[in-house]
Amino acid sequence: MQEQTSKALSNFEGKPNEVIPMLQAVQDETGYLPEEAIRDIADLIGIPESKVYGTATFYSQFYFSPRGKHSIKVCLGTACHVRGGMQVMDALERELGIKAGETTADFKFNLERVNCVGSCALAPVVMVGDNVFGRLVPKQAKEVLEKSDPEV
Amino acid sequence: MIQKFDTIEKEALEALEKEQNNDIPQIYVGCATCGNATGAQSVVQTIKNKLKKEDFKAEIKEVGCIGMCFAEVLVDVIKPGQPRVSYHGVTPEIAEEIVESYVINDDHRPDLALGYFGEGGPEDVERIDAGDVFKNQQRVILKNCGVIDPENINEYIARGGYRGLAEALEMKQEDIIGVLKDSGLRGRGGAGFPAGRKWESCLKPQADQKYVICNADEGDPGAFMDRSVLEGDPHSVIEGMIIAGYTIGSSKGYFYVRAEYPLAIKRLRRAIAQAKEKNLLGENILGTGFNFELEIFQGAGAFVCGESTALVMSIEGNRGWPKPLPRPRTTEEGLWGKPTLLNNVKTFSVVPQILSKGAEWFRGIGTEGSPGTAVFALTGKINRSGLIEVPMGIELDKIIHEIGGGILDDRKFKAVQTGGPSGGCLPEDKLHLSVDFDTLLEAGSMMGSGGMVVIDETTCMVDVARYFLDFTFEESCGQCVPCRQGTQQMLEVLNDICEGRGREGDIEHLLELGDAIIKGSICGLGQTAPNPVLSTIQYFQDEYEAHIKDHTCPALVCKNLIVYHIDEEKCTACGRCRKACPVEAISGEKKVPHKIDQELCTKCGICFQECPERFSAVERLTGKENLAAAARGRLTDV
Amino acid sequence: MYKVTINGLDVEVEQGATVFEAAEKAGIYIPTLCYHPDLPTFGGCRVCMVEADGKIVTACRAPVTDGMVVKTDTEEVRKVRLTNVELILASHHKDCQSCSRNNTCKLQEVSAFVGINQDRMRQIRRSVEPVKPDDSNPFFHRDFTRCILCGICIRTCQEINGVAAIDFAFRGFHTKVSVLGDKPLKDSQCESCGECLVRCPTGALYLAEPAVAEREVESVCTYCGVGCGIKLGVRGDRVIKVEGNRDNQVNRGDLCVKGRFGFGFINHPDRLTKPLIKKDGIFVKTSWDEALDFIVDKMSDIKARHGADSLGGISSARCTNEENYLFQKLFRAMGTNNVDHCARL
Repeated sequence: MQEQTSKALSNFEGKPNEVIPMLQAVQDETGYLPEEAIRDIADLIGIPESKVYGTATFYSQFYFSPRGKHSIKVCLGTACHVRGGMQVMDALERELGIKAGETTADFKFNLERVNCVGSCALAPVVMVGDNVFGRLVPKQAKEVLEKSDPEV
Repeated sequence: MIQKFDTIEKEALEALEKEQNNDIPQIYVGCATCGNATGAQSVVQTIKNKLKKEDFKAEIKEVGCIGMCFAEVLVDVIKPGQPRVSYHGVTPEIAEEIVESYVINDDHRPDLALGYFGEGGPEDVERIDAGDVFKNQQRVILKNCGVIDPENINEYIARGGYRGLAEALEMKQEDIIGVLKDSGLRGRGGAGFPAGRKWESCLKPQADQKYVICNADEGDPGAFMDRSVLEGDPHSVIEGMIIAGYTIGSSKGYFYVRAEYPLAIKRLRRAIAQAKEKNLLGENILGTGFNFELEIFQGAGAFVCGESTALVMSIEGNRGWPKPLPRPRTTEEGLWGKPTLLNNVKTFSVVPQILSKGAEWFRGIGTEGSPGTAVFALTGKINRSGLIEVPMGIELDKIIHEIGGGILDDRKFKAVQTGGPSGGCLPEDKLHLSVDFDTLLEAGSMMGSGGMVVIDETTCMVDVARYFLDFTFEESCGQCVPCRQGTQQMLEVLNDICEGRGREGDIEHLLELGDAIIKGSICGLGQTAPNPVLSTIQYFQDEYEAHIKDHTCPALVCKNLIVYHIDEEKCTACGRCRKACPVEAISGEKKVPHKIDQELCTKCGICFQECPERFSAVERLTGKENLAAAARGRLTDV
Repeated sequence: MYKVTINGLDVEVEQGATVFEAAEKAGIYIPTLCYHPDLPTFGGCRVCMVEADGKIVTACRAPVTDGMVVKTDTEEVRKVRLTNVELILASHHKDCQSCSRNNTCKLQEVSAFVGINQDRMRQIRRSVEPVKPDDSNPFFHRDFTRCILCGICIRTCQEINGVAAIDFAFRGFHTKVSVLGDKPLKDSQCESCGECLVRCPTGALYLAEPAVAEREVESVCTYCGVGCGIKLGVRGDRVIKVEGNRDNQVNRGDLCVKGRFGFGFINHPDRLTKPLIKKDGIFVKTSWDEALDFIVDKMSDIKARHGADSLGGISSARCTNEENYLFQKLFRAMGTNNVDHCARL
């Protein structure tokens, strides 16, 4: 983990405006933001660790614990909402046995809501990795999971 | 200097000519995010494979979004001497057919074609640009989207690109601002602040460094205008920013782009590199001694960062907290305390055209108070979702019924939502209103940055208000009490109303809260957060009352206020609902009408969707009596 | 000087003064929760709103302009303030009696001023999620259900102490004051100086052993040579708490962890209250006269036998500067320069 963090931070100079790019670089490398990495960033820039943590937790892009292999993003932009996105979310929550924002115990999937992936014409939409599933109805939840991970 | 640009332009045209062989068919595939999401990349691959297999020569180009999202994947074919024929809903299989029938042979396949552009097309397909979708549109900001290859700067230059910059560099800074002022251009980010005045207030202060920032933190749920411009025509925005840099005396610009827009970021990176290569960006631009660098800053997921001071805080490495008043204007003290010019993607993108075509030209479009065009992401319960650009002043009705093709499944129109979480919902009797900054604001909604969501009779207005409040609640930065606590309070009340716990006095409570949040909040997010609630109360108060007093959701949406029930008379005991029910709440056998156990039912709605339309035996009931009967397990008594 | 009219009263203030400061000068009360005179302004609680020249502004941040007309009690101002305080109460711990700040709480004071009424509160949805207080720190604890997110503790830690162990974390309604990793205070860079505790307007930060004194005794902290002014809170014959003395020029009320929380020795049974002299291998209590005589005898004896330089003295950092000065004088008077200080070792 330490190695990955150092690698991710090797191209930065340690300027204050690099806080968010640094956090992004670490997360790209490790999948989430370990506490030590936040401390490293604070030390590198010379600002309090509580401040870096405060900045990181403000933004919904950052995660603070390891995540699932597949990230299921249920779009709940306006178009998806009025076309039944929430029912699709309910169905996925039921199938996976977790709530939005959580990760399955086997670290296979994590489920999250996002606001508009820009495929409004396909609403309601679910994205798994780079795959887009459009015009979904709740009963297709299982199918989405099966297509995303052959072992399901 | 102009001569220098003339040479660049000439070279670009020559290079294009070399690259492009107009003697062979040209194939355009819409490869913006919407297209890719629908499978554009596999269509491109299929076409390439097919051409190779058949050993047939044709140019294939990945272009941006032309705005017809409803028709994705879009493939356009231009054969030498023929107009552009457009195919919609293209899958890899269809793509093969198109190549076989039309690209290689001469059958234009009216069964697959959406239509053609321009004149002299085949009679058995529609002329698209004269049809409902395009005849009411005027493409200014989107003129290149879906038409040029966004990754090829020569194509942009060939369509007049960077000439605005070349001309600007010969002008005095005050004169550029004069043109902008004369044009009446108002910022396209939502509030509509006059761009000329903003630029002027950034020119005045003396400073060793100034910054230009393009706000591409498009966060409205249901809006993707800025993304489409960045993906389809990145150079127009870059050109606008360079002009801005020259005008206010800045050498450094930032793109603040949502991290959720990877393709836009990729296209921008490439465009920046190309512009540098041609000396249109970087040091000593076109030999004038003017330097300008551009950097991309990826947002990290916070809607409030669309607010200028929060955006600046974010670049500086902080929590995206807006600065409370009183504070200096960003144009005087912005990024790192330096004068900073911040505009929306579309604002920058239209500036080059205004400079090369003149203020008069721009004023000739739209209305007196809001010149120019408006770009909307038209979505929701509408037949033709997509990205549209219309002259300001067009009636809402025209957008919805002509361009959008009316309401999905022939249902009844109920409302149109503009301005996203800061805007409001307008009912049918407001459809005659003209679309411009001031009219929409007066009616209780707003232009916003361009989301337009159409709502039909099957959508609950209280639920829509709750949806937006849930969004602002999640996105509130948490700094000030009215927004942090107020949006939460409003959301709790709306949740109660939607779930049958509404109390008498709740409507007044919401109105009072709304007033206090608007007056007390630090920034625009809080000050506009109550709008979706206030406008739905203004126009749809009866729906709120039905929820509170009668526990009735007229649109049959609010889960806690509806029950699913199988009409014994209509049920043919086909068993589909029983098999599909995820919680085994439906009982019944062959030839015995099915029944829903209300205690087990989670109201997921699957049985309702499963029941074939010709039977329509599964029904949704609402209202106090039905709910009480369901609770007693004796729904059939009602 | 700017002339400002507040509720009809004229007051003159320095250029750059805020509306709040002008009102203070005019003797007019403006309720606030996130304002603290020791700290830069925040502007988040929105309770100090007033009408200035027809506009609603936050008094704590808005600078006065010459001739400004301020109204602090218009219907609009009352409404905005009232709703704001109601909204804070909606997610605030309900039980005031069990709170260490009962009767000294700023939120109570402001609530009384804006006029909270039960009929209106009944319409408000209350949502106080039960969260276990953070009792990891031995000196003071944190109760998040009483926190109003005024940020005073954060600004204190950054501006007064310079440690910045805490900051705002998360967003919106989920915002909380947190250390790295949202951990207990003891696992952070917090130095437990307690300055945040002193400034917390509510009972969100409270003493591990809450105590209200019967009487106060002014004194000087004995821990080091700085000599911070303190007020000892006394109950019966016990010192039950220490507070910094804001009137003391040395520390203006600030204290460190030792001075504020390290007073347990005062009433400790192991504390020496009389000098001891070892007699036959055992320490025996004695009088100061006997002890001092004993010291003088022994030192004179050593000096006579081995010379003055066989004596040496090490002074304590717990002495004041004056005491340290006298101490070195004493040894020089005895003829030796052998004098040192524990802070140098």
